[in-house]
Amino acid sequence: MTNPINDWIGNAVKTNDVVLFMKGTPDQPQCGFSGRVVQMLDFLGVPYAGVNVLQSDDLRNGIKEYSDWPTIPQLYVKGEFVGGCDIITEMFQNGELKDTFAGSGIEVKEANATA
Amino acid sequence: MQLGQVGQTITEKLSKALVPHALEVIDESHLHAGHSGARPEGETHFRVKIQADAFAGKSLIQRHRMVNEVLAEELKGRVHALAISASAPKV
Repeated sequence: MTNPINDWIGNAVKTNDVVLFMKGTPDQPQCGFSGRVVQMLDFLGVPYAGVNVLQSDDLRNGIKEYSDWPTIPQLYVKGEFVGGCDIITEMFQNGELKDTFAGSGIEVKEANATA
Repeated sequence: MQLGQVGQTITEKLSKALVPHALEVIDESHLHAGHSGARPEGETHFRVKIQADAFAGKSLIQRHRMVNEVLAEELKGRVHALAISASAPKV
């Protein structure tokens, strides 16, 4: 059974190293949780594709089914679901997020990196 | 703030399913008033702080999935946002 939304999502997370499914756009987040993840990604200076799920109900529902995760935002790195806002925040604070990017060969250009 | 019916259901379901050592369910709906997903009658945005043996050895994603599964019905309906902090007791 083919599901065009599922295929579209699968293609998006496979063709972009880092994809954030969010409400609104990186420039204009429409939700505080999405906005928080945008800030963390921007802080780490990681290039990512932002997908606004508010553009279509099919997409908004489809992304919840794709990873069996009921909430938005959702971050994908190299096709793998990494987490939602709480998980990303915790990983950001303990350094795991940076390691995840580094381990996937994604360049982190932290503005004030001292390490 | 006292929990409404949805908040009480969340508390009951999590208590029963995960037998937590510590559980705090906080209704944060008032902080999101007027935001998309908020409803005038409230009880749309919750924060859950939970500590349970069941989380030991589980990754963050697995812990969140366990909580989400217990509350699947609520998340499909009224509850728009659920912030989760899930930990295992420190040995």
